[in-house]
Amino acid sequence: MTNNHPAYWAFLVHRVSGIALALFLPVHFWALGQALEGAARLDAFLAWTEQPLVKFAEWSLVLLLAAHLAGGLRVLALEFLPWRDWQKTLAAIAAAVSLAVGLAFALAL
Amino acid sequence: MTDRALKARVWRGAAEGAFREYEVPRHASQTVLDVVTHIQRVLDPTLAYRYACRVGMCGSCAMTVNGVPRWTCRTHVDKAAKNDRIEIAPLKNLPVIRDLVTDMREFFDKWARAKGRFEGNRTKKDDFARVRPESAARMQADAGIECIGCGVCYGACDVVSWNRDYLGPAALNRAWTLVMDARATGRAERLRAVAGDAGCHACHTHMSCTERCPKNLSPTAGIAGLKRAVAKAALRGEL
Repeated sequence: MTNNHPAYWAFLVHRVSGIALALFLPVHFWALGQALEGAARLDAFLAWTEQPLVKFAEWSLVLLLAAHLAGGLRVLALEFLPWRDWQKTLAAIAAAVSLAVGLAFALAL
Repeated sequence: MTDRALKARVWRGAAEGAFREYEVPRHASQTVLDVVTHIQRVLDPTLAYRYACRVGMCGSCAMTVNGVPRWTCRTHVDKAAKNDRIEIAPLKNLPVIRDLVTDMREFFDKWARAKGRFEGNRTKKDDFARVRPESAARMQADAGIECIGCGVCYGACDVVSWNRDYLGPAALNRAWTLVMDARATGRAERLRAVAGDAGCHACHTHMSCTERCPKNLSPTAGIAGLKRAVAKAALRGEL
């Protein structure tokens, strides 16, 4: 297909991670809001987040954040640095950075 | 090779229509344009398609081959066909006149809207403009001037299909080569014409144009250059 090439995959990852992060944000604010209800509420919520499935979701979020950040830096480099034929290299670097961050976070868990 | 047959599915009709299948004998070094020509000359003279030079200069014969926009005269069947099957459709993002012929008016009208016409301020009484070939601006212009206007980039671009007003990769590439041309006048008007939601700022950097351009140009590079040029001109208050 016409869109089957690395720069388009990079775009898709950037867009999908951006949408997923936008959907997560309200949940994040809600979780922080628990602190307003008192320390017990927040601690109860934080205890709930210790479950393996929630930990996995947390890891996915970190991976999404890393991918979105690296993808954004890739676009900035393409558009603001002098042009050269490095688009595949940039996409590879962005993928490598996101995977490295994801791996580091998984090891630290 | 000739004992093998290629099953070619070819679009017949205009916006409404259907694919029709033809069996075409295979030959060594056969191009997709050869296949279409065989169908029209031997199997079905009512098939409409467009070509002129057959050697990759005129930009007339672009079509969608197995889902990918390509110049058909320089695309070998060996490269494009899968399991002796090939699907040939008109170029995407343009109205279909009939069968494989698209109406390219909007494509070229957008070159005009992007101020793609060269205008200078010298007359025949003036001396030649002296442009150093190794100057940075000339090298950037040279990187984009080999466009043959085939419309492959336009057919490959998602932003064109999302936003019908978007000028598209070829028109923006043309504007960029003029912005980088030391002899061209009307720089501010050109930058104004290519800025905004229907211009360079609409580009999502998918780079399908760069990926598919048969001349290996990078319209994405030109569009990125236009974004920078527009930003600089706006900061200087020139727009």
